[in-house]
Amino acid sequence: MSALPKNQTAGYGWTAIILHWLIAALFIGQFVLGFVMVRLSSQRTAFELIQLHKSFGFLLLGLVILRIAWRLGRPAPSLPRSVGPFERRAAPLVHLALYAFQLALPLSGWALVSVSVLEIPTVPFNLFVMPNLPLGESDTAESFWAATHWYLAYAGIGLVALHLAAALRHHFWLRDTVLTRMITASSHHDRE
Amino acid sequence: MYARIFGFAAAAACIAMPVFAAVALGDAAGSYIIRPGSSSIHFSIGKLGGGGLDGAFARFKGSILIDNSDVGRSQVNFTIFPESVGTGQSRIDAFLRSDAVFDAADNPEIQFRSTSVKRTGDTSALVTGRLTARGKTFQEKFTADLGGLKAGTIKFHVTGKVLRSRYGMDVGTPIYSNVVDFDMTLTGRRG
Ligand code: HEM
Ligand code: HEM
Repeated sequence: MSALPKNQTAGYGWTAIILHWLIAALFIGQFVLGFVMVRLSSQRTAFELIQLHKSFGFLLLGLVILRIAWRLGRPAPSLPRSVGPFERRAAPLVHLALYAFQLALPLSGWALVSVSVLEIPTVPFNLFVMPNLPLGESDTAESFWAATHWYLAYAGIGLVALHLAAALRHHFWLRDTVLTRMITASSHHDRE
Repeated sequence: MYARIFGFAAAAACIAMPVFAAVALGDAAGSYIIRPGSSSIHFSIGKLGGGGLDGAFARFKGSILIDNSDVGRSQVNFTIFPESVGTGQSRIDAFLRSDAVFDAADNPEIQFRSTSVKRTGDTSALVTGRLTARGKTFQEKFTADLGGLKAGTIKFHVTGKVLRSRYGMDVGTPIYSNVVDFDMTLTGRRG
């Protein structure tokens, strides 16, 4: 590697930062929406919210694909020197797992609606009909994907909680730049 | 005038074919009770991307009154019990019964009361009436085709389109069409 890409510096670029927070808000919002919509007594509101959950899910999927494509061309900035060896190894693994959840959740949701015997069309934001994944529909397949989506959602939000705790720890306890560099882009491209 | 047209139809039928209706409608006058066993009320709602939601009501009642001297004074009344809706998917049925759609607990009946019947052909008529669902009443039109008449039994094939949004049942639009296509077979027994 001769010329280091922009992100291989002390911080993230604006694109990475905006995508991170947009996706973070959508991901946590999707969890809350999903949790609430299946517990409502009004079936009408539940129906409308499930359609909204599917719409935001596909918006999320699109942004995540964009984010991964962007990230593949730009390695993460190196961690501050103060970060210990354990975290140095753990952080990239957790980030990789977070990427996996960001992909797996929308995909499992898409599989769920595709195999559902209810055959409710998915029309993101009432704009176009999203085709179903080519999976056979059946009650068994629907229960399977509903369970998978459920486990992924709860495991995913658990990992996000850990990720959030780590970010807060860096900021308030270790008082390093890990959180702030995900808030403002680095203006200079050299390390330190 | 009704009688005259039927007289003509009767003559035509004698020459042409074994058409049920024309010959016998002269005898059709009278009142009929709709027999649920040999009747059906189907509906279908199109959805984006093709296909649709099909269902039927298992329980309903009604009557047909045919006035031979003035067809305009004929009447068709029926009451549907939305609790009995069936689509083949129990989750969809529960959804339709719930307050999202029929609110069958608070509105156990959907009623149609005809206000005018106009002949549109030898064996067809346009039935206009007032449809009441979820406490809202609007004028709706149905096309009735005579499908058979024998031994005190009369059969009509009734079709029509109803906009569900007017009755506070717009949930799911535009994914599911606002237009509900009704397709009914009403068999009445003279009573
Ligand atoms: C294309 C994307 C997505 C689609 C199509 C989708 C679809 C669905 C559907 C249809 C349900 C209802 C399942 C049921 O009836 O029990 C559901 C539930 C749920 N979804 Fe999603 N989803 C998507 C993305 C997401 C994402 C990104 C999250 C984020 C964590 C998420 C979290 C949840 C949660 C928490 C539930 C409720 C599970 C429960 O407590 O029963 N979904 N999803
Ligand atoms: C809840 C609030 C959140 C906070 C405070 C937060 C904070 C951070 C911070 C400070 C970083 C930079 C770490 C570093 O410099 O090495 C980061 C990276 C990352 N965050 Fe978050 N995050 C949050 C939510 C989320 C959510 C919901 C997701 C996805 C489900 C997520 C996925 C990621 C990923 C994948 C990275 C690594 C980015 C990369 O280097 O490619 N974050 N986050």
